[in-house]
Amino acid sequence: MTQLALVIDLNVCVGCHACVTSCKQWNTSGSAGHLSDLQPYGENPLGVFFNRVQTYEVGQFPHTQTVHFPKSCLHCEEPPCVPVCPTGASYKRKVDGIVLVDSDKCIGCKYCSWACPYGAREYDEDRGLMTKCTLCVDRIYDETIPQAQRRPACVNACPTNARLFGDVHDPESEVSRAIRERGGYALMPELGTRPANHYLPRRLPQGSAPADARAQTAQQPPPQAAPARHAAMETLRAPQAEAVEMESRSLFARLFGAVFDTRRPAPAGGE
Amino acid sequence: MRPAFSVLLLTTLVGCAQGLAVAVALPALWGVADPASWLTLWRISLWAILGMGVIGLGASFAHLGRPERAWRAAAMWRTSWLSREVIALPAFLGVAVLSLLALQQLGHWPALLAALLMACALALWVCTAMIYAGIRFLREWATPLTVVNFVLMGLASGGVLAASLAQWALASAAAPYGDAAAVLLALALFGRLAALLRLRHVSPAGSMQTAIGVASPIIRQTSKGFTARAFNTHEFFHGRSAAWVTGVRLSVLLLGFVLPMLLVLGTPQGLQDVTWPLALASNLAGIFAERWDFFAQVRHPQNRYYQAAL
Repeated sequence: MTQLALVIDLNVCVGCHACVTSCKQWNTSGSAGHLSDLQPYGENPLGVFFNRVQTYEVGQFPHTQTVHFPKSCLHCEEPPCVPVCPTGASYKRKVDGIVLVDSDKCIGCKYCSWACPYGAREYDEDRGLMTKCTLCVDRIYDETIPQAQRRPACVNACPTNARLFGDVHDPESEVSRAIRERGGYALMPELGTRPANHYLPRRLPQGSAPADARAQTAQQPPPQAAPARHAAMETLRAPQAEAVEMESRSLFARLFGAVFDTRRPAPAGGE
Repeated sequence: MRPAFSVLLLTTLVGCAQGLAVAVALPALWGVADPASWLTLWRISLWAILGMGVIGLGASFAHLGRPERAWRAAAMWRTSWLSREVIALPAFLGVAVLSLLALQQLGHWPALLAALLMACALALWVCTAMIYAGIRFLREWATPLTVVNFVLMGLASGGVLAASLAQWALASAAAPYGDAAAVLLALALFGRLAALLRLRHVSPAGSMQTAIGVASPIIRQTSKGFTARAFNTHEFFHGRSAAWVTGVRLSVLLLGFVLPMLLVLGTPQGLQDVTWPLALASNLAGIFAERWDFFAQVRHPQNRYYQAAL
């Protein structure tokens, strides 16, 4: 059985949102109807998107990584949103495993969105329907589109090729190999939803060691012989001084480039 | 989660109607009731059940984005508790109509219809509660206490309503109904308190680490990826302060259970004409607030993706 899915490489996602906008462009022009935008030019617009990119800071300053994290429907193999649907509008295709909403059957009760732990579904207030990522089902099988372009719009748009698309049940597919060889993982696997989409984990750049080494020296406990009050002052002062130094260096590096530390590689993930 | 007003109205009113149905059908089922004297109480109770049911049904339509397609919701009864509720609610109201017709034609309430009405009421409670208890990773809801509490709160509301109606239509039944209502209110209070105690040890399913697949214990969202509104930031956040939620929770306990109990048990017979309907109003307001809290208490796992202000 085929299970189409996306595999997203967090090493190269730069958080440019090209997948977000290309998804919106393709799907708002599709046969299933537009993705509405309420008050698009007003003070507080509300839009429907199938795909969003979020940004996380991981770790404690100064040892932080910025992770740009694109998320759309994960096309779970055990989708919790499907059995709860009272009308059968929400379904998983047997032929390719894509989870879809039949917009002719959906009554807009929103129960499926409560049942999705990933928040992958977005309700379209304008049309009174639940919507979600379709893996561009109206594009990937369209023979009027050149073969190489028959991929989800987000995959085509990604400038860093962070998004791979294919059959995760075919062990020889590009996506299966990527998952196998690069430690691809699913989101919240403990919930038993078995997401089809996978993520390739961030690998820390090897050259980021100097900063780590400096911070570790600063946090070392003072000699036992020193008076207690003095020791306390030292442990308080040392990391603060270090932090200020790191901040100024980082600011300098941002303004003028990392001229001091040539061992440090270019930051992965584009901050 | 954001409480859905129409769902609060539906479950509060229909829960009370179900409780009333059980309260007035029991004497008919046991055959202890003398049909001639009970006829008025049965009749106005069934009309009250239908009235509340129809208002609840109307409210449920208001919850839908496409109410004209509501009939489709009966399709997936094999897998969906919501679909089962969509079948059980009209069935309950249908049996109430049949019972009303039987009272009109036969002058008594056939035991079979009374039993059927009670069965429908119980089935509807299970379906309604399982809509929430069945979502296994919404741990605030996924407990047998959810089902128990829907039943107990419905029975308590229905008991107070039955007592109030009996005051007017069958004075001899008022006192037993009042006593039963007080007991049911106490049981419902314990049920809700048990759920609140359980809530203290419930954490949302999954974890921040597995939500994005990063092992570090320190993860801070710096951007949710857009500056405007989204369905996900609206539907899954109630947007009220902790103080507001605490206030609602206290008012649930006081208005929903304690005050009605005091009014039902503690007022002299002459005043009960006034205080029992007051107890009902207080209880319904409290149950409505309880349903608000029932939604607001849920910390949806998806909220991990929407922590940042921007």
